[in-house]
Amino acid sequence: MSGAMNREGRPTRPVEASEAGRAVTATVTGNRGLTVEEPLIFEQDNPGAIGVDLPEPPHVRSRLGAVRPRGRIGLPSLSEPQVVRHYTRLSTRNMGIDTTMYPLGSCTMKHNPRLNEKMARLPGFADLHPMQPMDTVQGALELIDQLAHWLKALTGMPAVAMTPAAGAHGELCGMMAIRSALEDRNDPRRRVLVPESAHGTNPATAAALGYTVDSIPADARGRVDLEAFKAKLGPDVAAIMLTNPNTCGLFESDIVAIAEAVHEVGAFFYCDGANFNAIVGRVRPGDLGIDAMHINLHKTFSTPHGGGGPGAGPVVLSEALAPFAPVPAVVHGPDGRLRLVEHAEGDFAKSFGRMKGFHGQMGMFVRALTYILSHGADGLRQASSDAVLNANYLLARLKDVMTPSFDGPCMHEALFDDRFLKDTGVSTLDFAKAMIDEGFHPMTMYFPLVVHGAMLFEPTESESKETLDAFADTMRALVERAKSGDAGYFQGAPYHTPRRRLDETGAARNPVLRWQPDMPAREAAE
Amino acid sequence: MRYPPLTDADRREMLAAIGVGSVDDLFRDVPAAAHLDGPIEGLPLAKSEMEVERIVGALASKNLPAGSVPCFLGAGAYRHHIPAAVDHLIQRGEFLTSYTPYQPEVSQGTLQYLFEFQTQVALITGMEVANASMYDGATACAEAVLMANRLTRRKKAILSGGLHPHYRDSTALLGRFIGFDLVRPDPDPQGGEDLVSLIDEETSCVVVQNPSVFGQIRDLTPLAEACHAKGALLIVAISEVVSLGLLTPPGEMGADIVVAEGQSIGNALGFGGPYVGLFATRQKFVRQMPGRLCGQTVDADGRRGFVLTLSTREQHIRREKATSNICTNSGLCALAFSIHMSLLGEEGFRRLAELNHANAVLLADKLASVPGVEVANDSFFNEFTVRLSKPAAEVVDRLASADQERRVLAGVPVTRLYKNRPELAGLMLVAATETNTEEDMDALVEALREELR
Repeated sequence: MSGAMNREGRPTRPVEASEAGRAVTATVTGNRGLTVEEPLIFEQDNPGAIGVDLPEPPHVRSRLGAVRPRGRIGLPSLSEPQVVRHYTRLSTRNMGIDTTMYPLGSCTMKHNPRLNEKMARLPGFADLHPMQPMDTVQGALELIDQLAHWLKALTGMPAVAMTPAAGAHGELCGMMAIRSALEDRNDPRRRVLVPESAHGTNPATAAALGYTVDSIPADARGRVDLEAFKAKLGPDVAAIMLTNPNTCGLFESDIVAIAEAVHEVGAFFYCDGANFNAIVGRVRPGDLGIDAMHINLHKTFSTPHGGGGPGAGPVVLSEALAPFAPVPAVVHGPDGRLRLVEHAEGDFAKSFGRMKGFHGQMGMFVRALTYILSHGADGLRQASSDAVLNANYLLARLKDVMTPSFDGPCMHEALFDDRFLKDTGVSTLDFAKAMIDEGFHPMTMYFPLVVHGAMLFEPTESESKETLDAFADTMRALVERAKSGDAGYFQGAPYHTPRRRLDETGAARNPVLRWQPDMPAREAAE
Repeated sequence: MRYPPLTDADRREMLAAIGVGSVDDLFRDVPAAAHLDGPIEGLPLAKSEMEVERIVGALASKNLPAGSVPCFLGAGAYRHHIPAAVDHLIQRGEFLTSYTPYQPEVSQGTLQYLFEFQTQVALITGMEVANASMYDGATACAEAVLMANRLTRRKKAILSGGLHPHYRDSTALLGRFIGFDLVRPDPDPQGGEDLVSLIDEETSCVVVQNPSVFGQIRDLTPLAEACHAKGALLIVAISEVVSLGLLTPPGEMGADIVVAEGQSIGNALGFGGPYVGLFATRQKFVRQMPGRLCGQTVDADGRRGFVLTLSTREQHIRREKATSNICTNSGLCALAFSIHMSLLGEEGFRRLAELNHANAVLLADKLASVPGVEVANDSFFNEFTVRLSKPAAEVVDRLASADQERRVLAGVPVTRLYKNRPELAGLMLVAATETNTEEDMDALVEALREELR
């Protein structure tokens, strides 16, 4: 690439590390064209300005009781244009799926269709109060019921709990159902088996519920070590929490044997469904012998990730666990009307209770059902096929220059470790930061923990072949550069972002978690 | 199909590059018996945007939007006006389609608004620090009790009878499964319960809602003092965050942890979710706080920037030793909250609260004149309890099913919130916000006058 010229006849060679930060001629403002500095909203206080029009309140006798009215709060005052510009400028400092390939492994950063957003904003959904009489919300209950039907059909499971607010909340739900079932048969147990490669939420959930977490090693093929697993099984095991496809991007080929062994000792099989996007429409987890699985609607069914939520984590359940599912739940009444059961009573007397306010993440349900209806049974199968194809294509394009951790085809994500960077002085983190300068969001780094310096790529079905090729070409060029002894370049990256590497250690040592009026407006500007 | 970028030609080329004949070959680790040969039978196939819009639109049209009739429902979810700019801005693709800011250099947009959000939440609650949000008010409440248990190394929580039943139930659920004791006094419509006498040396915390689920407001200072005298913490829950524009903030009354439902600011009713839980505490407790936190730092050139911080509390680092299993926050809802709060500003937030209170006072005075209606509260913000001469659930259902021009969403029957509490059958929660006109109020008055005649 070095020495190439662009159309304006200027060299396009990469910036050298020694020039970092000085490569661009300093501007008066510190801005760089489209990259504009934006102070905190609190530093833009414009007393007298206001961004809303509210009428003068009618004069009434206060009924606030003995509490004295509060004094000044300290919120800044701004007009609407100032607020709109502030947030628009902030938005330009983010990468999103809309702007670039975002192959964050295990997060399924796929396209978010805008029809989903439009449907969620229909007043018939967005403007419904959760406590309206049930006769006035029959369409909303029908939507929840339809989505539940799809989730059961796609997983091959008989029941689903719709209310959990996110994947981790779904894990809590599934594991509480398991504990309830064990207590119901007077068989409390103490241990939960969790593979080393599991998401951190798995052991955190099991531990929160009072279980001892017993870690199962991976074998040389990146799967659960079947012998080690069987050796750990016993009558005190409540459950295994297993992600499938697992976090190495591999299908657990012994899963049926694992399920049988788990059931033989009277334990339950909790499946972490974070990676369901690999198999939707091709494999029903119910056919593999699972007892519970959460489904991240924000991953597989493309409700937007929104900068870290809100998500939704419905949990499919086996017949044995279904009676313990949380309330509220939608049921069909004898008159053909739908009804919400809001308390643990009647047919739901065994329900373990309520996990959150109201009835679940309705806005996410609308988006997920819209996505599912758009794709249909055929389109969902095509999506998972393409997701797996894209990951394997990336693997094929990179396996000769990078180091795949395991043999064989992967599922929807490809795992590499940092052996290919050995003796280069470049770490997984440095490599990721250099990818940012190339305009790509990095893969998941240092997870799973079972390989050294992990790099987990999940391209999803939303990327075109052209993008995958451009990405693979870039990765290959970066590998070559890393191997050429240019470690300094990587260690200094990124250079072309609104902020360069941030001091995370300093942030944790002396936590500054809010703005204070006496804070210096700008710390040591460049 | 409009979504897949891959064409059949692409797929063939890619399979060749991989060195397999078909996609099925990539699924060879799947047990043969579990492998499906084609689309699952009995499910519909792909549909155009137009078709899907028709189907989903038909479901929406079977519902009665709250704004299409006079609506006085509250009980933890409130219908407020959301400025148009809020929804427009949160749909910027860089906000909507990004994820947790794991790579801070390309997430400064999210991180800066979270830092601003944390500051706004700390300011309005009168606390020192706040986190980057929780799922909702009820789950924030449950997490607050866990945090208090960690801080005090005690295991007994007292949950006020004025606490929203969903908050109580969500907290009690964790009590049962995670293992702590609960003291739960009866529902307290009059706000006269004595919590102080329940506090002892084993008490980890008292959870009290202000205004209570029945709308009563109280000065929590004596309760805070009683808690602290016994080494317990005071957790204050708020289900209507607009009240903080007018009421003494919990921080000034001695609260140790404040949790709130943030829906009222920037977020639509949406049939109950997604909402946004607010969580604030004192600086000295921050390392026991659950959830994501954003902190200020500097970059390699010495410029101010923001990162996620104190993640050593979190599950992805600590695994089974984490303070909570929570992985995400309610990012986009927190953004909507933050944008709306920025538009309101100091003056707007106060004015909004004043309007809500004034409308509620007007409504209470009007309802008090209706035979068969008795306003139960001596104090309230924008929601209060009325005692009807007939069972509230039946009254609410009938008023909601009247002809369109006389239809009213009158309130929330208290029995819907509690299991087996026939003694509460006459009680109805009624909320008024800035969106209610005087005509709305008169419609409710007339409907009740007719119904209770």
